[in-house]
Amino acid sequence: MTKPKPWISLGGIGVFAVLLLAVAPLVLTDHWLNNVGKYCCWAIAAVGIGLAWGRGGMLVMGQGVFFALGAYSMAMHLTLESAGDRIPGFMVLYDPLAPLPMFWEPFRSAGFTLLAIVLLPVVLAGILGYALFKRRVKGAYFAILTQALAVALATLISSTIRETGGDTGLSDFKYFFGFVLNDPANKLMVYLVAAGLLVLCLLAVWQLYRSRFGELLVATRDAEERVRFLGYDPANVKLVAFVVSALMASIGGAMFVPIVGIITPAEIGAAASILMIAGVAFGGRASLFGPALGAMAVGWGQSSLGSTWPEGWTYILGLMFVVVILFLPNGLSSLPARIAAARRKPVEQPAPAPVVAELEEVRS
Amino acid sequence: MTDALVVTDLRVEFSGFVAVGGVSFDAYPGEVRFLIGPNGAGKTTCIDAVTGLAGGTGSARLGGKELLGRPVHRIVRLGVGRTFQTASVFDELTVLQNLDIAAGRHRPAISLLRARRGVDPSIERALEETGLAGELATPAGILSHGQKQWLEIAMLLVQDAKVLLLDEPVAGMSQDERTATGELLQRIAAKRIVLVVEHDMDFMRRYATRVTVLHQGRVLSQGTVAEVQADPQVQEVYLGTADAIPED
Ligand SMILES: Nc1ncnc2c1ncn2[C@@H]1O[C@H](COP(=O)(O)OP(=O)(O)OP(=O)(O)O)[C@@H](O)[C@H]1O
Ligand SMILES: [Mg+2]
Repeated sequence: MTKPKPWISLGGIGVFAVLLLAVAPLVLTDHWLNNVGKYCCWAIAAVGIGLAWGRGGMLVMGQGVFFALGAYSMAMHLTLESAGDRIPGFMVLYDPLAPLPMFWEPFRSAGFTLLAIVLLPVVLAGILGYALFKRRVKGAYFAILTQALAVALATLISSTIRETGGDTGLSDFKYFFGFVLNDPANKLMVYLVAAGLLVLCLLAVWQLYRSRFGELLVATRDAEERVRFLGYDPANVKLVAFVVSALMASIGGAMFVPIVGIITPAEIGAAASILMIAGVAFGGRASLFGPALGAMAVGWGQSSLGSTWPEGWTYILGLMFVVVILFLPNGLSSLPARIAAARRKPVEQPAPAPVVAELEEVRS
Repeated sequence: MTDALVVTDLRVEFSGFVAVGGVSFDAYPGEVRFLIGPNGAGKTTCIDAVTGLAGGTGSARLGGKELLGRPVHRIVRLGVGRTFQTASVFDELTVLQNLDIAAGRHRPAISLLRARRGVDPSIERALEETGLAGELATPAGILSHGQKQWLEIAMLLVQDAKVLLLDEPVAGMSQDERTATGELLQRIAAKRIVLVVEHDMDFMRRYATRVTVLHQGRVLSQGTVAEVQADPQVQEVYLGTADAIPED
């Protein structure tokens, strides 16, 4: 995990930023720009998964939970903003007389909503991570536990139709912090915010990976006991990475809502959480760009193939996953290094050539 | 001046099985202290208990402070460092990164967020001391077995450990590497407590100042190399001659 040239990676982020923020809006149709915006949201969550799983070794199978915290915070605010002084339509449908649920009330405030998007995942991941890491819960147990949380939250949302919209979710947002969402100019702005946040998240992990913390995180991933014997508490190291990854998932979820226009439990449950992991594994979990690009690729596959040939898409995704895990355990981003290594080998080992020559002689 | 490490009546049980049954020994700076004994004698378990990895009763004091009962990382922060029977370094990180992490516990937490600039003087000294100066940028995973052991010792040095507990540091080393390690231990023992667990009797004879022999979780004999070797009980445990000690 030695990154001798961090500045090259920084240049890469620069190129990526130009592509997303300047080139994409110029060349893409509104429809596709909106799609790319959606991929950016998944990519933001993926960057966090890369940090927690790729560098920290924590298989976070329930990032949907944190995605949901951001997404539903945002969705509640936008729903209230669109409803104005009235009670949101779907609630009236189920019970015309009941008041707005208590926990919705503070989300009228834009400031509270933004704070919630940041603080809810930090607090939840902080408590959860503290409890798990101090008790040294890791590996499969950690993965299953986080996954179970995602399932539980999705089920809870499904079953509380009047409070959360249930399986139909929250949708029909008209305003985004005062901006009319239907306006193409505002749509572009929302896209730019999401893409900009993705670039910021990449910058954040770029700095984390080159910092001493990044080295300590890799050390903790590879030999937790040894780290403890150097006087650190590995639980704290993992906690920081886990909290940051939860925050990123929440930010991704929050931006998902105005871009896609709907949030349902299906977007945050077990399947969605695993799909987030799949993109990260596909792109290369420990690399800087791998998780984001992998998530975008999976997102793209889903909206192109997934809509035209849904049954086939699932199999293709599964097959891709198997192939990558079998032949490229470090994801597609390790491919260039693999090819380079394969190219170098014949030069270093000229030995086989005479054998071939001999065979030729025998044959002739 | 560093205080002594005093272990008194240490007992460690694993679900009823007594691995260490009332062991006492002490170690002072300035001596290379050896803990020897046949396989399963409880040597590693003694170190595990002192470093908080295994729960034990009795007492292990460094200076005035009781070590038993504290969590591992707190014992480390009191100045107790150890190596493991199988070298455990961070394979994917370079020698410098390994050492930098070891040096890190003296840094404020927030400084972790910055990238490393230059090499700490303490790291340079440790590299010099252990002869690893040329391997600064080498990933630890591709170091030779001996070099990994030295890297572990270097990590203890930059950690500024007052107590170095070394579990079979020369196992698998060549004769030259053993000599280099022995001399290294003598140098660093001048100001620190060095306790070595070893099977290699030749190595023990050359570098030990004081020896404790464990057998089946108890102290069999204690004293200088000559005294211990002359002890008939020790000779019996080691099949008649002190030379015939099997390696792992
Ligand atoms: N975690 C454990 N659970 C149960 N028994 C253990 C455990 N650790 C050690 N033992 C037992 O305690 C005894 C002492 O083991 P220990 O590893 O301390 O021996 P040692 O003197 O270091 O031996 P060696 O020279 O082989 O390293 C052995 O019988 C071992 O099987
Ligand atoms: Mg042992």
